[in-house]
Amino acid sequence: MRETPLSNCERLFLLKAIESKKRLDGRQTYDYRSIKISFGTDYGCCSVNLGKTRVLAQVSCELVPPKDSRPTEGIIFLNLELSPMASPAFQTNRQSELLVTLNRQLERCLRNSRCIDTESLCVVSGEKVWQIRVDVHVLNHDGNLMDAASIAAISALCHFKRPDVAIQGRDVTVFGPAERDPVPLSIYHMPVCVSFAFFQQGTYLLVDPCEKEELIMDGLLVMAMNKHREICSIQSSGGIMLLKEQVLRCSKIASVKVSEITELINKALENDRQARKEGGKFGFVESMPKERITALKREESLVEMTDVQETADQIISKAAAGHEVVPSPVIVATGTGQVGEGLQNTWGLDEEDEEEESGTKVEKRVEVISDSEEEDVVILD
Amino acid sequence: MDSILSCFKDKVGEVVLPGDVFSLDLSDVENNTVKSEKIICGPGLRRNGDEILVSKSGILRHRSPNLYWIDSQQKRYVPAKGESVIGVVTAKSGDSFKVDVGGSELASLSYLAFEGATKRNRPNVQVGDLVYSQFAIANKDMEPELVCIDSCGRANGMGVFGADGLLFKVSLGLVRRLLSPQSEIIKDLEKLFPFEMVVGLNGRVWVKANGIQKTLIVANLLESCENMTPQQRQALFKRVAEGSL
Repeated sequence: MRETPLSNCERLFLLKAIESKKRLDGRQTYDYRSIKISFGTDYGCCSVNLGKTRVLAQVSCELVPPKDSRPTEGIIFLNLELSPMASPAFQTNRQSELLVTLNRQLERCLRNSRCIDTESLCVVSGEKVWQIRVDVHVLNHDGNLMDAASIAAISALCHFKRPDVAIQGRDVTVFGPAERDPVPLSIYHMPVCVSFAFFQQGTYLLVDPCEKEELIMDGLLVMAMNKHREICSIQSSGGIMLLKEQVLRCSKIASVKVSEITELINKALENDRQARKEGGKFGFVESMPKERITALKREESLVEMTDVQETADQIISKAAAGHEVVPSPVIVATGTGQVGEGLQNTWGLDEEDEEEESGTKVEKRVEVISDSEEEDVVILD
Repeated sequence: MDSILSCFKDKVGEVVLPGDVFSLDLSDVENNTVKSEKIICGPGLRRNGDEILVSKSGILRHRSPNLYWIDSQQKRYVPAKGESVIGVVTAKSGDSFKVDVGGSELASLSYLAFEGATKRNRPNVQVGDLVYSQFAIANKDMEPELVCIDSCGRANGMGVFGADGLLFKVSLGLVRRLLSPQSEIIKDLEKLFPFEMVVGLNGRVWVKANGIQKTLIVANLLESCENMTPQQRQALFKRVAEGSL
């Protein structure tokens, strides 16, 4: 698809609006768009919505031999990808400058700041270390990819849990998630990037530019900071001349924004942890807006009802007397529940089948959506 | 079946999907038992011999006496002959301009297709300008061509425009609602404050009001009208009127 060029009229209007301190979506100069962080069902999968910009990060790990120069440290590998799904400006198989800039900035922000303890990733010195790989995919580009990517990457790293290992001499046993609980990474601090866009040779400044504002900006300043007010990296691109006071002012604004964003990330992590602990539902499905039917729906079909009453009476009279009414399932521990009196179930099925079914049985109005056994029907209600 | 149109009547106002077929029993016509009628198929309907196929998903609409079409929601524009669109000039090449209209190809607009333009007298159009023009040629086999004059040679409101003002993009359904003769949205908006508006059928709208703030208000209101019921829209406009004036 072709990218729409920016017309002169839009450019002039945006510049005039910025001069009178107005933005297209009604924000103030230092305001961020609304940030929404959600985690998937797997550990280490995080999706960030910054206004309409969407970024997905996934963390995975692998046991590899370490680098020769650093035999006791793990390896962190960062990869950001721009897919044409994000914007018509991105095309596959073309190493654009933006991609290189984003990758370099992400590496500087996360690797050079030493936010992850790589020594703890060592399993057998000189032979086996963990390689943590962070893949960031941009799903929709509406400006400020750098901030969204850094938030997604650090949230995914904080959310990720690697398998537990046991070392006996030179033998390494990696336990699966069913055998031993996975272990979170040890993270010292959370660096977050904040972007500042400059217009009219540095006279006007905007935080969190959207796509149209990015197209007309003169220069960009990206500052990576953590909530302890330590600057992890500064990058200025676009060739504008910035004064010392401007850079200092940006750093003050950035420290305020970073502390807000870090609190958001921590809250999101805490919510996810709570949901998993209580056995509630978690994952992307739960974080999507409800009240939308995404399943197939068929019209009502007629049902033959002529002698239903007689057939029902016959069945009831022939059946054995029913058991007493039992209360709602008794939750013994997370994931298991008991129905019926004592340990005996009332359904007449085998014990093994009951393990999964008796867990959470909720009264629901059952609607027949489709008789096909192959279709996977998900209803969000 | 008493008439050919009865199979349509059942489905008017219902959702139809691509691949649905209206098969018409034409043997009755040949026997002269039923009068033959003319059916005009609008966008989304296509004739295939004795059948009418649905090619877009949406709601089947009807306007008397015999016009049927599919009302569908989409944002991607497909050039069609005779439609007026807002384009952005991207390049000057040879004797024509290359204009982006939001379709799959750039359309070409000849230098001579302006009112009062001759070979010596070139129109004053720069790269990046907005033009309001009509499609002279638009089909899937050829490059689309735009013109800024009508069949009599007059400009009729078309041409370069938009020195000030803001251009933004909405869905095609909203654009059609804005252009309908008795548009409710326009009537409600007029009551707020005066503004100028150019609506292109390719989903692009240009607005200009007295001042940047008012222009931004109008643009944001139009973008939000997309998914609102009339009551919600009127409530929102009333809130804005009290707030800003």
